[in-house]
Amino acid sequence: MSDSAAAASVRQGKRLKPRSGRRTFWRYRWLYLFMVPGIIYYLIYQYVPMLGLVVAFQDYNLLKGVTGSPWVGLDNFRTVFSSPDFPVLMKNTLLLSVYRIIFNMLPDLILALMLNEIRVRWFKKWVQTLTYGPHFLSWIIVYGLVYAFFAPGSGLVTTFMRDMGWSSVDVLTNSSVFRPMLILTEIWKSTGYGAIIYLAALANINQELYEAAAIDGAGRWRQLWNVTLPGVRDVFVLMLILRLGHILDAGFEQVYIFLNVRVYDVGDILDTWIFRRGIEQMQFSVPAAVGVFKSMIGLVLVLGANKIAKKLGGSGIW
Amino acid sequence: MPVLFKRSWSDRVVDGGIYALLSLFGLLTLFPLYYVVIVSFTPYTEVLRNGGFLLVPHKFTLDAFKVIFTSGVVPKALGVTVLVTVMGTALNLLVTTLLAYSLSKKFLPGRNVVLMGIVFTMLFSGGLIPTFLTVKMTGLMNTIWALIIPGLVSTFNMLVMKTYFEALPQEVEEAAKVDGCGDLATLVKIVLPLSMPIMATLGLFYGVTHWNAYFPGIMYLNDRSLYPLQVVLRNMIITPSVSQELSVPQTQLSALPPESIKMATVVVAILPVMVVYPFLQKYFIKGMLIGAVKG
Repeated sequence: MSDSAAAASVRQGKRLKPRSGRRTFWRYRWLYLFMVPGIIYYLIYQYVPMLGLVVAFQDYNLLKGVTGSPWVGLDNFRTVFSSPDFPVLMKNTLLLSVYRIIFNMLPDLILALMLNEIRVRWFKKWVQTLTYGPHFLSWIIVYGLVYAFFAPGSGLVTTFMRDMGWSSVDVLTNSSVFRPMLILTEIWKSTGYGAIIYLAALANINQELYEAAAIDGAGRWRQLWNVTLPGVRDVFVLMLILRLGHILDAGFEQVYIFLNVRVYDVGDILDTWIFRRGIEQMQFSVPAAVGVFKSMIGLVLVLGANKIAKKLGGSGIW
Repeated sequence: MPVLFKRSWSDRVVDGGIYALLSLFGLLTLFPLYYVVIVSFTPYTEVLRNGGFLLVPHKFTLDAFKVIFTSGVVPKALGVTVLVTVMGTALNLLVTTLLAYSLSKKFLPGRNVVLMGIVFTMLFSGGLIPTFLTVKMTGLMNTIWALIIPGLVSTFNMLVMKTYFEALPQEVEEAAKVDGCGDLATLVKIVLPLSMPIMATLGLFYGVTHWNAYFPGIMYLNDRSLYPLQVVLRNMIITPSVSQELSVPQTQLSALPPESIKMATVVVAILPVMVVYPFLQKYFIKGMLIGAVKG
């Protein structure tokens, strides 16, 4: 044990000694008391809903409640998996998630790499200030901006196209541009903020590695390939794991806000379906079954991806 | 960032390209915001005359803002949102701080169990329907509390704060203890003054979340007079009849086209965020990084 560690344990000496339970509890009563509101919150609004997943195995009725509703085993799951909607929902969800992983993760990294090359400090700061900003705007506002540009008859782009005599598609209700629209607005909103974490990793790269590489004759691109990219690899893998865990989410908030009946064929995802069926139409059991399915897959994917990342020599999440 | 290589011609071209691309991205980020602000303050006839292209405004009007602020609907929604943001953020910070402080004490028996229970909620959750049923069961439906209580603690924010507390010099707290401070006094008098950066960061995160919240509003509220700003804004954008949405007679809107009113409402929702953001910017990057290292 080093000196400072020894000194620390002397200082905290009383705390390290085992004590009887009741006296320990009394000694730390304030610290335990501090945790009470938080623990109550987690129990009621995080753990009770987990128990509430049992409605997926019931024919749940609001008036009868969880205790009074009849159990139906896996009937709700059968209903879901045999529904003609389900394959479409899965396809839309997965496709959108994969697009997001490719077209939203890469711009984050690329922006960070470009900012990292900038040596004019005020310029870097300005670009960062501008690009972080939209992260703090709501999707409703972003939808409002999209509306300002693409609204039929009044949007900036729409009227321009009309005046030029070009074909005017109604971008807001067109299936073929719905997904690109989601991806592009997400790039606009969150690329700057997404770059922060990579910039942090880049700042942590040991400068001596660059010096050594330079001495070995490595030019700009070799340094990028051999020093910079390995320096952000762990963070990239970490973000990938987190995104994989959310692969069945596909960005509910944004999708729901942009969605309308005319783009259901490409835009309806599991979560928007659950929301419509459950919250809007007040049918709880079948949507809850989809929710159970989603949560289970999410858990398995995070644990699995974490394991694989560790096997490949990365650090994983824990 | 001292990348070491001889700057050849091609390197300069690459550098120039990077500066150009970044400038372009910065401008593309700014332009939509600039545009709605301009449109909302310009008479609509002027907007149309320029075919929508209006980089430098030369006429100015507050008509659209007058209409939305005299309508009753938008001021009410703004009131709800301000109330929820202030009260909600205060409660968020209070509960998060208390929890994070206790969890930052590694010697506290039982800490690990609580911590694991909390982290588990990041991996697995009941999801939309059971959460909705829980909110209903606990009697929050159709009250302003439904916009505050179900998101009382963000696990990510709590972990960020816990990490921050762990990094504070423990000697100061020990010294306070020796001087007879209890845990509460130590937290309030010693730890809090040292924690202003993290409070500002998480205050911003929580505050923006409340300001931007849309789903709690449409899920848990039926009473239109409780609708927060984002819900009203969304209804305004998609409605063909702004006068009905604002519940003012069409005649009162006179010559104002719906587009101006819609854009003005968007601006009302954007401005507070834009105003607060630059002041808190230097904090949130730090906060974000603490979270990134450990979270």
